[in-house]
Amino acid sequence: MKENVVVIGGGVAGMEAARQLLLLGYNPILVEQQDHLGGHVAQWNRLFPDMAPAGDLVRRLWDGITDANIFLETRVTSVNRLKDDYLVMLSNGVSISCRAILIASGFKLFDAARKEEYGYGVYDHVVTNADLESWFNGNESDRIPSAPRSVGFVHCVGSRDLKAGNSQCSKVCCITAVKQAIEMKERFPEARVYCFYMDLRLFGKKYEDFYIRAQQEFGIQFIRGRVSEVGETLDGRLQVKAEDTLSGKPLKVQLDLLVLMAGMSCNPDVAELARMARLDIDSDGFLRSLDNTAGIDVSNRPGIFYAGACTGAKTVPETLGEARSAALDIHRYLQGR
Amino acid sequence: MMDFGFKLSKSATLDLDRADTGRYERLCALEPDARICMNCGSCSATCTAAPFSGMSLRKVILGLQRGQDVRPMLQGCMLCGKCSMVCPRGINTRHLILTLCRIYD
Amino acid sequence: MIYEGKQKIWQDYQKEIPDDHWYYVRSCIRQNFFPASERKFTDITQQILGKDVYETPYHTTCGGIAYHCDAIPQVTVMTIVARQFALMTEAGYENYVPSCVTSFGNYVEILETWHEFPELETRIREQLWKACRREFNKPKYLAHTSDLIYHWRNEIAEKARVRLIDRETGEPMRMAEHIGCHYAKMFPSKGIGGAEYPYVLAGMIESWGGQVVDYPERRHCCGYGFRQYHTKANRGYCVSNTHKKFESMEPYGIQAILTNCPGCCYFMDRWQYVIAEQTGKTYGKDGFGIPVFTYEELAGLVLGYDPWDLGLQLHQVAVEPFLDRIGVEYDPKAKYLGVNKEDLLRPELPVNLKCF
Repeated sequence: MKENVVVIGGGVAGMEAARQLLLLGYNPILVEQQDHLGGHVAQWNRLFPDMAPAGDLVRRLWDGITDANIFLETRVTSVNRLKDDYLVMLSNGVSISCRAILIASGFKLFDAARKEEYGYGVYDHVVTNADLESWFNGNESDRIPSAPRSVGFVHCVGSRDLKAGNSQCSKVCCITAVKQAIEMKERFPEARVYCFYMDLRLFGKKYEDFYIRAQQEFGIQFIRGRVSEVGETLDGRLQVKAEDTLSGKPLKVQLDLLVLMAGMSCNPDVAELARMARLDIDSDGFLRSLDNTAGIDVSNRPGIFYAGACTGAKTVPETLGEARSAALDIHRYLQGR
Repeated sequence: MMDFGFKLSKSATLDLDRADTGRYERLCALEPDARICMNCGSCSATCTAAPFSGMSLRKVILGLQRGQDVRPMLQGCMLCGKCSMVCPRGINTRHLILTLCRIYD
Repeated sequence: MIYEGKQKIWQDYQKEIPDDHWYYVRSCIRQNFFPASERKFTDITQQILGKDVYETPYHTTCGGIAYHCDAIPQVTVMTIVARQFALMTEAGYENYVPSCVTSFGNYVEILETWHEFPELETRIREQLWKACRREFNKPKYLAHTSDLIYHWRNEIAEKARVRLIDRETGEPMRMAEHIGCHYAKMFPSKGIGGAEYPYVLAGMIESWGGQVVDYPERRHCCGYGFRQYHTKANRGYCVSNTHKKFESMEPYGIQAILTNCPGCCYFMDRWQYVIAEQTGKTYGKDGFGIPVFTYEELAGLVLGYDPWDLGLQLHQVAVEPFLDRIGVEYDPKAKYLGVNKEDLLRPELPVNLKCF
């Protein structure tokens, strides 16, 4: 009889961890609220920096967990500690006894409508990074004009924003904006494409190369200044105001499409999970790791581990790496080592 | 016109829709590396002319992108080439400046 | 523009407004700028709507104008405000309604400051007692007069004798709304509809038959800027802000502007004359300007008041084309007659801005 490990959250973190746990000889039980696995990545079109189709990654992860127990459209209703075990109750009536739990509950995409000055949901041609990926995936949208002459990207929407309650950088938005800007320029070579940024945080492997390509091959203009106000013109275009901080002057430009790079906020459902399992929440609302340097996947409770964006903004490779290390840490914990 | 003792002020706003970027486009055609400037300011920090003449290659490239006349800055350049030594993106800055001078001619 | 998106935001920014029993305080400057507006507020609320709106001649400035002109410190303003609250308390009221947007912002700012720093409130209470032996309760509800007209907009619409419909075309009048900065920019949660897409004036226009027209510089300040305007050397950039708004408004065919702030209404009206005399440009049809109304004036027109009783002859921009469009009857010869029908004499007319 293989030992149970409950994995909460069926995004790429939970899938990869379940895959590793299967390989290590355990019986992972994957619990996902939604009706599909893959989380946010499953909604994405292509992944930076290699432009690999996101669907391929999700399918590969699926193939690795065909032997796992997967409960879709299922929530955790309670977590109780009984001596050395946890009793996890699910909304489908199933109860599971296990010694280890992996939390991979991910993040919530920041609700861009909260930055009212950008007019998401008010102006016809303001979309988010997620909306654009959905359109790249072939879903039609009347928000995206058929032949835009000019397109703008706003970095840091709801990230690095104390007023919005998110002091953290979402890490992936700068490179996502560069990626999406290139993709738009590929589709509409005549369009002028602008990225409005506060800092360009292109820290990952190949990210800076991507940025240079965006400038060199695609002529994408990077304007250092946060967009402060968006209005709609008589012909339905967008009037965008920012400061060109490198010129030290206010700047305005009319655009046919504005893409808001909504950042990663903590998943609000995690608060209830933390209450049930007596887990610590960090000041940013994400789950608090025991140690942010060497124990990012370790919680304050014995046998409960973390992977992915439940502890903070992560890239896909970071998430997959954490999922693997959490699986190993669970293995060591269950082996009593 | 009536004199009220005050007048409408000229707006300092850069209007990208009205900016004439023809010179910038011509420069990029001749010197594609003009596009990869990332505004780090190394060129201006080390520039012989900058402290005394207002020359700043960073501002020259930015100004062209915004449709501004950058000739007054260019005229301060002594063509010493120090900027090309420090540019982390390896832009041939001296050559770029000479090309730009030809565009203005 | 996605109207439902705005409605969603409007739902997030609503505030509780009691239906009756308000203690009313006036603005320092409105009676000079738009002399009938405040009087008509009491007429409309007391006589037409039958509300208890009380005022006392003992009230003073709230100090906000001097505060925003950098002339007096905030603790002085707070003590003035404390005395105003004492008058309300003595009169037996707990709902406070100022007619000036800067006053409204000033009261909100002070109440929030006292909430965060209770020791400051204690100090002000002591200062008030030393100065004039008065004590006060803080208002239970604070609203701006435009909030009340908004609150009663449908009752006014039911009694309307004129609607904001173009008689010629049968279409709703195209109107812009402009909110004073101090209404909601400092505390967006205190304004109906918030600060980015305010609803307080838009709600009135919609309720009375008009169409609200949005334009890119709608949120831009009118440019008054208190101490900026009061220093003559700075006036150029005050008028430049108004100019920027009108330039942005120009292609929309806006027929009137509704405001809720004394300064905005005054400057958006008067600067059209200055802009016309300096640049030769006018923004209404046929050489006229775009009339700018206070919410009391617009409510008064809707309720059938004589425009000259509403003080519309004091506007710089001619209101007659607007009155003709919505079908308000008026006697052109009575425009410059005072309340006792005495001739007020005719003002000198501008060169470039068409006026009567």
